[in-house]
Amino acid sequence: MWSLFHKLGSPRPFYEISDRLLPILGCLTVIFLSVGTIWALGFAPPDYQQGESVRIMYVHVPSAIVAQSSYMIMAIAGAVFLIWRIKIADIALQCAAPIGASLTLLALATGAIWGKPTWGAWWVWDARLTSTLILFFLFIGVIVLRSAKEGSEAVGRATATLAVVGLVNLPVIKFSVDWWFTLHQSSSFSLTEKPSMPVEMWLPLVVMVAGFYLFFFYVWIFSVRTEILKREYRSQWVRFIHDV
Amino acid sequence: MMFKGFNDFILMGGHGLYVWSAYGFALLVIGYTLIRLAMDRRKVIELNKKRKSEELDS
Repeated sequence: MWSLFHKLGSPRPFYEISDRLLPILGCLTVIFLSVGTIWALGFAPPDYQQGESVRIMYVHVPSAIVAQSSYMIMAIAGAVFLIWRIKIADIALQCAAPIGASLTLLALATGAIWGKPTWGAWWVWDARLTSTLILFFLFIGVIVLRSAKEGSEAVGRATATLAVVGLVNLPVIKFSVDWWFTLHQSSSFSLTEKPSMPVEMWLPLVVMVAGFYLFFFYVWIFSVRTEILKREYRSQWVRFIHDV
Repeated sequence: MMFKGFNDFILMGGHGLYVWSAYGFALLVIGYTLIRLAMDRRKVIELNKKRKSEELDS
């Protein structure tokens, strides 16, 4: 197990192992997202209060969950880079940020679209929404800072520090619905408790969450591979990949 | 199927505009991401080719 971690920490084995992993991941992503979408749009029941607009949940909740997870993953990569100075951790951090930003934007947009028919407002400055907006700006900050100087270790360390410090925002998002009075409903979905919605609703939601996670990992690994090709172009093995 | 016909499905009980724009936005984000991936990879491959030929010249 440890040797596998060791291998994945260096560019060449990572590139070779992920070469076989990526098509499988891509297929699974397509399957989960299409099954989940058809299920969510056509077969999940309407809500007794919200009617059909509850179908927005199947995009909103997965994008918000995976956006926060991608921040967590990005910050862990940052910590690994700060402690052990593993180059691939810097690449992993850099590649997680744009996906996280897109998913946070998707969560914010679908939240606004869902808020209009449900609360009567596109946006309110309450704790959950504001802390999620901060999450978006943190991702943007990481992207901008990391692009200051490509491949520079000093910039990498500064970016990693920002990512790790920004972690304090995650519990704020999570507990915002409990700490403050907010319009946003509290979580009806967790790993440890029985969900407070019927099985016909949470099963497609689980499929969508899995689909979004798969999508994240597909895109993440794909970008890490591209960045490896860019940074390691001097290595013999990169030169011997014939179309690169 | 929760809907009586195609029309019903599009209307989404009066929430059609909201539901479809949410899914449309999701599609947009996914599409943009995939295009970005492909373009980034192509750009890096081009860059590496250029680096190679520059080395051969010098």
